[in-house]
Amino acid sequence: MTNSTPPILSVRNLTTSFRTERGWITAVDDVSFDLAPGETLGIVGESGCGKTVTSKSVMRLLPEHLSRIDARSRIFFRETNLAHAPEKVMRTIRGKRIAMIFQEPMTSLNPVFRIGWQIEEALRYHTELNSHERRDRIVEMLRLVEIPNPEKRIDEYPHQLSGGMRQRVMIAMALCCEPDVLIADEPTTALDVTIQAQILALMNQLKEKLGTAIILITHNLGVVAQVCDRVMVMYAGRAVESASVAEIFHHPRHPYTSALLASIPKAGGKHKGQRLHAIPGIVPSLFELPKGCRFQDRCDYKQQRCVDEEPDLIPHDIEDHPVRCHFPLPAKPTVNGRPIRPHPVP
Amino acid sequence: MWAYILRKLLYNIPVYLGIILVMMLALRVSDPVAAYLGKNATQQEINVKRTEMGLDRPFIVQYATFVGQIVTFDFSEQGWNNKTSVGKQLASSIPPSLAITVPSLVTSALISMTVALIAAFYRGRFPDKFLMFISVLGMSISFLVYVILGQYWGAFLPQQRLNTDVFAVAVSAGADVSDPWFFLRPNKWVYYCMLPVIINVIVTMGYDTRYYRAVMVEETNRDYIVTARAKGATRRKIMFVHMLKNAMIPIITHLMITLPFLIAGSVVLEMYFLIPGMGRTLINAIVNKDFPVIQGFTAVLAAIFIVSNILTDVLYALVDPRVRLS
Ligand SMILES: Nc1ncnc2c1ncn2[C@@H]1O[C@H](COP(=O)(O)OP(=O)(O)O)[C@@H](O)[C@H]1O
Ligand SMILES: [Mg+2]
Repeated sequence: MTNSTPPILSVRNLTTSFRTERGWITAVDDVSFDLAPGETLGIVGESGCGKTVTSKSVMRLLPEHLSRIDARSRIFFRETNLAHAPEKVMRTIRGKRIAMIFQEPMTSLNPVFRIGWQIEEALRYHTELNSHERRDRIVEMLRLVEIPNPEKRIDEYPHQLSGGMRQRVMIAMALCCEPDVLIADEPTTALDVTIQAQILALMNQLKEKLGTAIILITHNLGVVAQVCDRVMVMYAGRAVESASVAEIFHHPRHPYTSALLASIPKAGGKHKGQRLHAIPGIVPSLFELPKGCRFQDRCDYKQQRCVDEEPDLIPHDIEDHPVRCHFPLPAKPTVNGRPIRPHPVP
Repeated sequence: MWAYILRKLLYNIPVYLGIILVMMLALRVSDPVAAYLGKNATQQEINVKRTEMGLDRPFIVQYATFVGQIVTFDFSEQGWNNKTSVGKQLASSIPPSLAITVPSLVTSALISMTVALIAAFYRGRFPDKFLMFISVLGMSISFLVYVILGQYWGAFLPQQRLNTDVFAVAVSAGADVSDPWFFLRPNKWVYYCMLPVIINVIVTMGYDTRYYRAVMVEETNRDYIVTARAKGATRRKIMFVHMLKNAMIPIITHLMITLPFLIAGSVVLEMYFLIPGMGRTLINAIVNKDFPVIQGFTAVLAAIFIVSNILTDVLYALVDPRVRLS
């Protein structure tokens, strides 16, 4: 899938490090991706792989004196490089051009202010609307995210709303200034399954309606299948594979992607009794990264070369499907000799 | 809101009656009359005094009488030693105490919160480390050192060396302090009260600053701060609007906990500066075994404590929408 329109967001060689008591660690290492207008990109990987750090780097929300974005990194929003832009520039981007929603709807809203006030804040910073117009706009947004009784809800406090409702408020807040990009960092992880499905459906619907480009961060490939156009898989700070959703689900090339696919809970009762493949082992600590491939300790296909040298992210046969592996899986992959069921792609 | 306040008041009535009960029992564990009259008193003298003071009546009657007096604000009973009525002693000692404690509380809260905000803003960097170093230093020095050095450098030396009489070392014996509002006159306040207030502020500031900073640093790590930044809010907006209102919740508790102690008077300050406030009056009464004064003052202090508790709850309800009013 090639896109002729120029990307709205273009991240090149993003490298983000943190200062810790044991020295600097690199949480995101040389990550590049593009986001076309209106496109939905999924960033997938287990917890601790650097997804949140990637998104917070784009928004420049990391603590300034404890983190560092490498000088070679480029984060182009249209023509502006955000990677080292001053705070003043970032404030005109945040909330207006790029908005973000977070994992924990229970704590992401300020508990001591009314939700209407909190949404209004964004409008006050980024629009010329007067207070009357702002109120109308807030009600309109709350209605858009399907919150019943918006005129009444607008004056309520976060604790008066359920988790799902709060996430809807977060979405309304993020979208009220009509941003070009919405970054959703695990927006449904903290919610229970039915609410999860509702929020994803809502995001899908808003994406169509507003044409906002979305970066959807999740550790759940099942979520990706429902919403995304393209997927980037991250592992221990590295992008290890990137392709369209169909490619990822039908022809995963990286053993990690394939293992992630095997761990998706299947809908319906057909596979009852069949155990999920939780990936054995854990993501290596950023303090003790191996010399070779970062996935080597958990990989079923490990060879000597994987220990000796780290693979580059190289496009394999198909142009738009780069993978960081010395021995990428064949087109019809198997895990433990069992063929992987292609996940239904919507 | 009014219903909420009323309910809080009603809840606290039994608590207050309980405190009075325990206090009155405690004061009667050893015979107050015998203690007041001393070793040389005969049994007959003791009996006469006891009957005179009504302490021979059954406890329950004494309790009911005293509670009745509190409810009707009847503090006309005379002190045994200081023959003025308890009510008059209260009326003359509360204003001097307030003249010290209210300015201390307000100044120290404002300064500590500002310093804490600055420290939290520069968390982990030089200004923070510097301010926290000063705070710890300030905390580790004894109250008495401040009082003595304050009196020496702030009042005694300027008087001796520079012939400037800005602050009094202490309230002099000749000063006519019979007017309870004496210390509230601006020129008198500066002369007698400002130095103790400054000392009081310095003493409380070290601890308070550290506490408020901890509260604020904790708030800066909350998710809603990131949300506000992601909206495009300025750091100033985040500090002074988003964070401060949340930080007010623990800060109010802290302030309110110190309030009764402050109103009881900084006993030490009142003793050293000879300010005839509640703390000093109460200590004198204890030294002289002045039973009615001790009992009356304790009852009033307990009431102040209860009222400040209620005030805390009300302020909570104002700041934190999660407090349920019904
Ligand atoms: N402020 C920080 N200081 C030090 N290390 C951090 C900080 N934030 C994140 N990290 C590290 O960066 C790595 C990636 O974290 P993160 O992006 O939150 O993972 P996830 O993919 O689950 O969102 C983790 O190993 C985490 O420990
Ligand atoms: Mg995360």
